[in-house]
Amino acid sequence: MSFSDHFPVLVVLIPLLAAPLASLFTKGRAAWALALAATWASFLISCLLLKQVLTTGTVRYYMGGWKPPWGIEYRVDVLGGFVLLIVTAIAALVLTFGRRSIKSDLPEGRRSIFYAAFLLCFTGLAGMTITGDAFNVFVFLEISSLSSYALISMGRDRRALNAAFQYLIMGSIGATFILIGIGFLYMMTGTLNMDDLAQRLPAVSDTNTIRAGFAFLTVGFGLKLALFPLHLWLPNAYAYAPSAVSAFLAATATKVAIYSLLRFLLGIFGFGFALGAMPFDMILIGLGLAAILSASLVAVFQKNVKRMLAYSSVAQVGYIALGIGLASQTGLSAAVLHLFNHAMMKGALFMALGAIAFRIGSSRIENLAGLGKRMPFTMAAIAIAGLSLIGIPGTAGFVSKWFLVLGTLEQGLWPLAALILFGSFLALIYVGRILEAAYFGTPKDGIEAREAPIGMLIPIWILVIANIYFGLHTDFSYGLAERAVADLLPAARATVDAAEVMP
Amino acid sequence: MYNYWLAVFLMMAGFYVVIAQGNLVKKIIGLGMFQTSVFILYVSMGKVEGGSAPIVTEGVEVYSNPVPHVLMLTAIVVGVATTAVGLSLAVRINEAYGSVEEDDIQELDDELDKIQESGL
Amino acid sequence: MLLTCLAITALVAIRRNDLFAVVMLFGIYSFLTAVLFMNLHAVDVAFTEAAVGAGISTVLMLSTLRLTKRYEAARRRNPILPLLVVGVTGAALVYGMLDAPRFGDPMAPVHQHMAPRFVQESPTEVGVPNMVTSVLASYRGYDTLGEVMVIFTAGLAVLLLLGIREGQNHRLGRLAIGDTLVLRVVVKVLIAFIMLYALYVQFHGDFGAGGGFQAGVIFATAFVIYDLIFGEADARRVMPTHWLGRLAAMGIFLYAGTGVASMFLGHAFLDYSALGHDPVHGQHLGILLIELGVGITVFAVILTIFHAFSGMRRPDQVS
Repeated sequence: MSFSDHFPVLVVLIPLLAAPLASLFTKGRAAWALALAATWASFLISCLLLKQVLTTGTVRYYMGGWKPPWGIEYRVDVLGGFVLLIVTAIAALVLTFGRRSIKSDLPEGRRSIFYAAFLLCFTGLAGMTITGDAFNVFVFLEISSLSSYALISMGRDRRALNAAFQYLIMGSIGATFILIGIGFLYMMTGTLNMDDLAQRLPAVSDTNTIRAGFAFLTVGFGLKLALFPLHLWLPNAYAYAPSAVSAFLAATATKVAIYSLLRFLLGIFGFGFALGAMPFDMILIGLGLAAILSASLVAVFQKNVKRMLAYSSVAQVGYIALGIGLASQTGLSAAVLHLFNHAMMKGALFMALGAIAFRIGSSRIENLAGLGKRMPFTMAAIAIAGLSLIGIPGTAGFVSKWFLVLGTLEQGLWPLAALILFGSFLALIYVGRILEAAYFGTPKDGIEAREAPIGMLIPIWILVIANIYFGLHTDFSYGLAERAVADLLPAARATVDAAEVMP
Repeated sequence: MYNYWLAVFLMMAGFYVVIAQGNLVKKIIGLGMFQTSVFILYVSMGKVEGGSAPIVTEGVEVYSNPVPHVLMLTAIVVGVATTAVGLSLAVRINEAYGSVEEDDIQELDDELDKIQESGL
Repeated sequence: MLLTCLAITALVAIRRNDLFAVVMLFGIYSFLTAVLFMNLHAVDVAFTEAAVGAGISTVLMLSTLRLTKRYEAARRRNPILPLLVVGVTGAALVYGMLDAPRFGDPMAPVHQHMAPRFVQESPTEVGVPNMVTSVLASYRGYDTLGEVMVIFTAGLAVLLLLGIREGQNHRLGRLAIGDTLVLRVVVKVLIAFIMLYALYVQFHGDFGAGGGFQAGVIFATAFVIYDLIFGEADARRVMPTHWLGRLAAMGIFLYAGTGVASMFLGHAFLDYSALGHDPVHGQHLGILLIELGVGITVFAVILTIFHAFSGMRRPDQVS
């Protein structure tokens, strides 16, 4: 085997080995440097890996040299490679951003362990993304979950502890449901490999056991991805976690959970069973809509901007669920595209907010007053990423919403399209509140603010520019999303050409 | 089949403790019971009539299925890891709030929210 | 009979609000589960459940009770919604079970698809009589690496949350239980035996129940006993905290390093066949090394977690 054959395992193995090494350092700065190197290396390899997948098709790697179904397989297709790219890129950028922010959030004695936990969280998410084995998903899910509970609990406010505990309970219930679901599938097919499951399921799919397994898996992943009404853990967890952790988790954790759900729904159960024969697509649309409307409405009234953005994340998950529920090539592509775009927006927003918290020690809206002048670059970043969140033309957010609306109109569901636009209107209000305070509010006394350090601004602006770039050039992002979905929906491949409408 | 029904019953019992109890420590204990009952479900799947333990022994033809056993060894470790993290969170919450009752903690949080709303 | 006992234990545990009793019931529950696993011929799982569920988890729960409160507050909650959720979940479980293959049916898909190769060929292919070990360490060795990472993550999480605090109560030479010569001697001998047993479990895992994980737990138990009898400070002098961190990392490096070595030899990650002059020999060597890695990491992490809990003061005892 040549070096490039090992790419799939290296993406996960590098942070996996860097984590214990980082935990041994006494100096937080050294641990940070190691973590940074590891995440960037992972990111580079995932770029090469995606290129490999795009040229030669799905890449497979047999752990221990055992062929599936006996051994565990890593399996990178277009969708997996795409999500892996998102996860590794965000991890690398957040760590680049994070050193000073984490320094102000944690005492020196805990920083190197913190970086080790961060790396483990990243390892878990990356492993979940490209594994081809259902049980291996559970194992890596737990690596990422356990470390994220610890990371969230490191927030300065004591409410971070409570938020982490609530997340631990909900997350563990979710993971146990997933375990039960996998158990039911295994019981009826005798296999754990995803492709093998997909092949063997049709013969037994008309049984109660498989239907129950489907229910447990969707509820389990629904908890992890904060699908309305299973989202209650998310707002506090993101609001009280250290800034760098909020940025990383908001941009990746729910995304990977959505991706895993998609993988199970379409890659294992198959389109016909998951979205065709069951009323599940209608349920997804309903829950998605409820999430968009209720969470956006709650976001409007939040005074803590971090909490506001957390509720907005619940709403964005709603958009993605709605796209999946449309069960069409366009709808699913829009959902996958929104996964990518939302990671960029929320990554930028939470990091910029972290930069503000670093300077003024607060993320409450009244303390943002006048920051437009004092921290011009940070606020401009929030403004642009915020516009993308609303879906203003010229930003990435517009593209995914455009295709989502297109997907609803394709099926003649114009009331849905109207409600999606209403959701954007709500986003306009809450983003507007931030910008109003920042640009038109009078600065409060006693709050000193300078522009954020350059080391923080660079990663923020990389994501901001990406938001604009992918708003104007959709070939890469939408093209990939479309290909990824076409892989999952072999029957829909024919309609890809017909749906190629660019804004 | 009794094993399966028992596993179902124990899962419900454990799950009930997790969501209905207000005491954080008891919630974690319930979570442990919930997870343990899933182990019973899996291990029962591995049972083969007349089979013995999956270790090669002379004169034995039928063995139990080793795969569920392996999966559950991993799951047991995941379970104890979750328990350890959950309990240490409970200890820290007790330090910070002086209570491990969910209702008390919620009350304290709500009070803090109110103070912050009324102006910093 | 056993099944009824389990059900009763669970029900009583729900109703009691003396948490000490609940923890004890949890221990019993785990132990009964372990017995049930023995009956189902899952010896490795039974061993682990007894060591972890009835052992480690119960000890951690007791430590938590020491740091928090023994009695649960009177219930003020409305149980209707939780009962509804549990009812729906239970209904889904029962619904799913209706079409499940009969218990113990040798024709069930679980036994027909993957398992035959593990049962029939693994003893020659991997060369280890204990099929659980060969599946765990070789076929699904990557899951086991994940498992080691999970326990390592838990160790880091506990360290982040609790830290290792050393208080004045832990002066050198202070005895935790009593200064009885007989006790000290007996315990020292006992510890020697426990360690010997742990080593046996570690290296005998290929042939019988056991392996790195169980050995690590038992080894950690020996140190916990040393802690209890000779005082924590003494115990920490024998095994300093910073060494535990290094050991935990070392175990992972040993495990993953074995995998990386096979990569350098031109095979896939964790393909031990590359390590020896013939595949079976390589498998043997690989399994030995990774089991050792598991044992070391598990030992270090469990002991670290124990230290973290025992180093904490109750909030009302902090001056």
